[in-house]
This record gives sequence, C-alpha cells and structure tokens, in this order.
Amino acid sequence: MAYDNFNILKSTAVPLPIENVDTDQLIPARFLKATERVGFGDNLFRDWRYNADNTPKQDFVLNNPVYSGKILVGGKNFGSGSSREHAAWAVYDYGFRCVVSSFFADIFRNNCLNIGVLPVQVSPEFLEKIFAAVFADPKAELEINLPAQTITLLSTGEQESFEISPYKKDNMTNGFDDIDYLQNIKTEIQEFALHLPL
Amino acid sequence: MSKTLFDKVWDTHVVKKIEGGPDVLFIDRHLIHEVTSPVAFLGLKTRGIKVLYPERTFATADHNTPTINQHLPVADPLSAKQLKALETNSNEYGISYWGLGHQKNGIVHVVGPEYGITQPGATIVCGDSHTSTHGAFGAIAFGIGTSEVEMVLSTQCIMQPKAKSMRINVTGKLGFGVTPKDVALFIISKLTTSGATGYFVEYAGEVFENMSMEGRMTVCNLSIEMGARGGMIAPDKTTFEYVKGREFTPKGEAWDKAMAYWLTLKTDADATFDKELTFDGSTIEPMITYGTNPGMGMGISNHIPDAEDVEGGVTTYEKSLKYMGFSEGDSIVGKPVDFVFVGSCTNGRIEDFRAFASLVKGRKKAANVTAWLVPGSHIVEAQIKEEGLLDIFIEAGFTLRQPGCSACLAMNDDKIPAGKYAVSTSNRNFEGRQGPGARTMLASPLVAAAAAVTGVVTDPRTLIHELELV
Repeated sequence: MAYDNFNILKSTAVPLPIENVDTDQLIPARFLKATERVGFGDNLFRDWRYNADNTPKQDFVLNNPVYSGKILVGGKNFGSGSSREHAAWAVYDYGFRCVVSSFFADIFRNNCLNIGVLPVQVSPEFLEKIFAAVFADPKAELEINLPAQTITLLSTGEQESFEISPYKKDNMTNGFDDIDYLQNIKTEIQEFALHLPL
Repeated sequence: MSKTLFDKVWDTHVVKKIEGGPDVLFIDRHLIHEVTSPVAFLGLKTRGIKVLYPERTFATADHNTPTINQHLPVADPLSAKQLKALETNSNEYGISYWGLGHQKNGIVHVVGPEYGITQPGATIVCGDSHTSTHGAFGAIAFGIGTSEVEMVLSTQCIMQPKAKSMRINVTGKLGFGVTPKDVALFIISKLTTSGATGYFVEYAGEVFENMSMEGRMTVCNLSIEMGARGGMIAPDKTTFEYVKGREFTPKGEAWDKAMAYWLTLKTDADATFDKELTFDGSTIEPMITYGTNPGMGMGISNHIPDAEDVEGGVTTYEKSLKYMGFSEGDSIVGKPVDFVFVGSCTNGRIEDFRAFASLVKGRKKAANVTAWLVPGSHIVEAQIKEEGLLDIFIEAGFTLRQPGCSACLAMNDDKIPAGKYAVSTSNRNFEGRQGPGARTMLASPLVAAAAAVTGVVTDPRTLIHELELV
C-alpha cells in the first residue's frame, strides 16, 4: 500500500479562487532540492504564503485561521506547468486529500492520482456555488464520496457527480498504485519488448 | 483503418489495454535528471526492485548545476547532495551518467537529440514537462511525475489513457524577424494555457515543413504551455539528415531498416483528428508575453489588452498585471529591461545563438542590462566558439556561461532579483519562476537581442535589415 486509501471524505474546505494556479506557486523550484520526500507541505504556496523575510502574508488564505480542512478548492486550470510531483506531494503533505476545481492540468492530475490526492472536477457553476458557500460560512462542509463518485455541498444538499476511471477508483479506494500492477505483469512486458519494430 | 502519426506510434507501444482504465505503454527511451529521480530510486530500494532495462535510461545533471566555474565543487550543499545522488544511483543501477564535467553533460532535452537518443517513432519520457521537445522527431515524448519515473525504471512502462488528438496547421511563410519561438507563443496566445489540455498535438503545414530541427524542437518544447501532453511533427528529410550518424542512431543495415520504418510515420491522408486548427503564418509578428503565464502573449507592436478582452477571470488578470507592474493599454515596446536570458531547453541551441549574434553584431550591450547567455550543451558551446559567435559576443560586451538550465527555473544561483524585469528566451513566465519576485517577459532570441542592446523592449525589425539575419 503506497498511501492511505480513500473512500468518503467529509471536511470543510480552503477556498483559492485564482485561475491557472501553476506548479511554481504550489512549490517553487528552489524547494525541489530534497533527495527524500520530506517537508514539502511546509513550502506549499511558499511565495504566496510568506514574505521574503519568512513572515506570513496575512492576506493569504492558508494563513487565515478561519479556513481549514482536507479539501482545497481552486480556480480553473489548477496545477498547470511543470511535471514536478513535488507539487502534489506538497498538497498531500500539507494535509489535503482532495483538490476541487473546474479544470485540471493533465500532468498534475495524473500525479495526484498516483500519490493519493483525489482531483475532483466539477462544473464551473458548481465551483462558484462551493466558493460562495465557503465564503459565506467557512464551517460549510463538503462530502466527497469516491465509491459513488459524488461531491455534495452538505449545507444545501446540492450534489454533482465526477469522473474517474474504474481502474483509478479501485486503486484509490484500496490505496494501491500502478507499480504494484506493473510488477505483476513484468513477464508480459519483457515478452512485448522482444517484438518492437526497432 | 486510417491512423494519425500519434496513433501509429502510440498503438505500436501498447503492451496491454486495461478495461475501464489506462493503456500500459512501453517506453523506448527514458531520460532522467537530478531533481525528479532521487525519490524514484528510493522507491526502488524500499520495494527491493531493480532497473529492468538500464540501457534504456540516460542520466544528465542540468537543473541544479552552476553555469560558471563548473570545475569547482558545487557550493550549495543541497544541490551538491542531489547531484551526488544522481551519480550514485546511476552507478548503482548501471545507467549511463553524464554528470557535471562530463563532455556530454547538458540540458536533458538538448543532449538527447544531439547524441541520437531521440529518434522517430520512439516513446520517450522524462520527469520534466518539456520532454515534449523530442516530439520534433516524430516521437511520442512527454513529461511524467516521479511515481512514473519509478515505474519506468522498474518495468519500462507507464500507465496512461491515450490522449485525444489535435492537429495545428500553420500555413504560408513567416515574415522577416519571426522565429519558431514566435510561432509557438502565437499559438499558445490563441489557445490559452489550457486550450490543448487532454490532447496530443501534431504540427503540420508549410511553416513546420520549412523549419529546421532546432526550430521544430522549440515549437514542440512549448506544447506543454498550452496544456497539451505533447506535440509532434512527422519525420521528413530534415529529420533524417539531423539524426544520421549520431552516436546512438542505427548504423549500416540497422539504419536502412529504421529508415524503412520511419518513412511510414505520417498521418494517413484520410485520418481525422478530434480537433483541427489552422493559422496563417504570414500574420504572425515577433511575440512577447506581458503577464504571468505563457498564454498572455501578443505581437510586440500591440498594447496590453483590457481585462474584458481576455478569457478568464478579472481577478486573476489583475493579479497578474499587478505582479508585472504593467497596466491595461500600456505599449510593451519601451518597457525597461534589467536582465536578458538566452538559453534553456526552449532556446539554448546553436540557431538561437546565431540569431542573437546576428543582431548584437557591431552593437554594444546596454549598460543597464545584465545578460546571461547559457548554451544548452557542450556541443552548442563548442559551435558558438567555432563559428566565431563568441568573438561577436565579446566585442559587443557579452560573456558566455557554461551549459545548464540556469535562469529558466532559477534552481541554481542564476536568479533574477525581485522586481526586476527580464526578457527571457525560456518557457515560463510564472510568478517567481526566474527567482522570487522576478518579472519575466518571454520572447525569441532576436527580441532578447534587441532588448539587450537597447535596454528596453524593442521590436528587432526596427534595428536590422532582413539581409543581416542568418
């Protein structure tokens, strides 16, 4: 098991209504020098979270004690940019298990699924409703039901379903990863390699 | 059934299709560097597994390396430790290692093609989003995360659903002073940074047919900046001439066999794409970005658009302009420039330095500008010297640094200071990308050269005559 399995998550959410949040904001390149996966959560959104002298920027949402929870809600095209899995690690290590947005960048979404962060894509209208609900009441809870593939705004009962492939869903609910799968078909892979065109 | 180029290469590499899930895709060539590989090697150790095909993986150090005094020990202890980890891991698992000081060391996406590791029809991955560069050869090449690096090391496969297909045609002839970088920035400005998300792009049309391999690499490199998983161009005579005779390309009979196969790698005439777009190349101007993502670009003669004229939310747009210190309606020409960076996997090849040299020749670097010229590899560095470009640079007041990723992502000491403006030939203008608080304007080597000699953003076409361009 590579990470904690994911079934139903009920939590308050942290709202970040900015579009095109890129991986250099999620984790700036100068914090990619580790040779182990440790401490990335401390540098999540480093330059939006802290001033140059390392004092917290009071107007950034992660520094606002009113907002907390295991769900990060971001604007459209979340996670664009680099392939650094460190961006997904930073999100996970900070304590988020789910990112909600109306659109995700491809590699970031893939990286999240590979490490146990669930990317939940909702309609732009539903995203606006979530932002409005959380800004109106930071204690408003969301329920992410992975087996049922639904996201519910518990204060109003409004619900949407989201997409995930049956394979990835099975992985996430069991805490499995692709390496477990690939290890099991190694012989098949080696046989395949003998018949490549070049 | 008719197939696209992408279909042909992808389908050939599918080991197995999983119902309700991804394809298991075999990877021919795997490139690794010091930043995204150490945790993958740790994973191998934890699980007690070996590298399945070490001869298919190649390691180079580039992201963290200094671009001056490379003969000295790396001063930053964290960088030094990460570079050492790449060396130790490569040696332990029998992987070719081209570290700092090695003649083949350089930016992973520059040295891969130079040594013939990059070939038509191959599947190529690397823990770096600009792996799309290698698509210029008709390869399927894309960036992967560290978990996937571990998958490739241990099983030579990754698991991904097949992307949708898009063809982007650029017809006609490019105008004077318009380079491959401008073509790419133009396309991204039309599609936005998410316009090709979920797609694999094939570039086609007269403009790409007439483009050099260096130019095609620049275009494919930037595919990720419109969200595409990758971009590719069908291999042709230009490709085969570039590939032939390089260290890792097939020789003799193997070459003939490869050529026979490579000649089949083109989209069938009646194949269809999920999306197809066509642009007229003659309408493209030298481009420059004014905001904090690569989609925020425009022709250099234009003014910064109003929030209501661009796609996306006003809050995000205003945040971006505030970071840049720009206002709606401003002319970009005449904006002050403090730094000029020529280099990166986007524009760190010989053609880029030739273009830069053709404009700075006989001129002087502006006193207010700090310029960093960073070749992508030792081969590029040697060519710069052999072709006399270095003499031109020195005469004009420039110096040449040593190969590496440098100020593109500022992991080493090459950081643009907070609040300063840089005209950069790299690929990303995200907030803080080139150093905390740095303000980046992405452009071609020619636009960078015009800024370097005038000290402000300048249309290169106002400085030189068409015939002076190489």
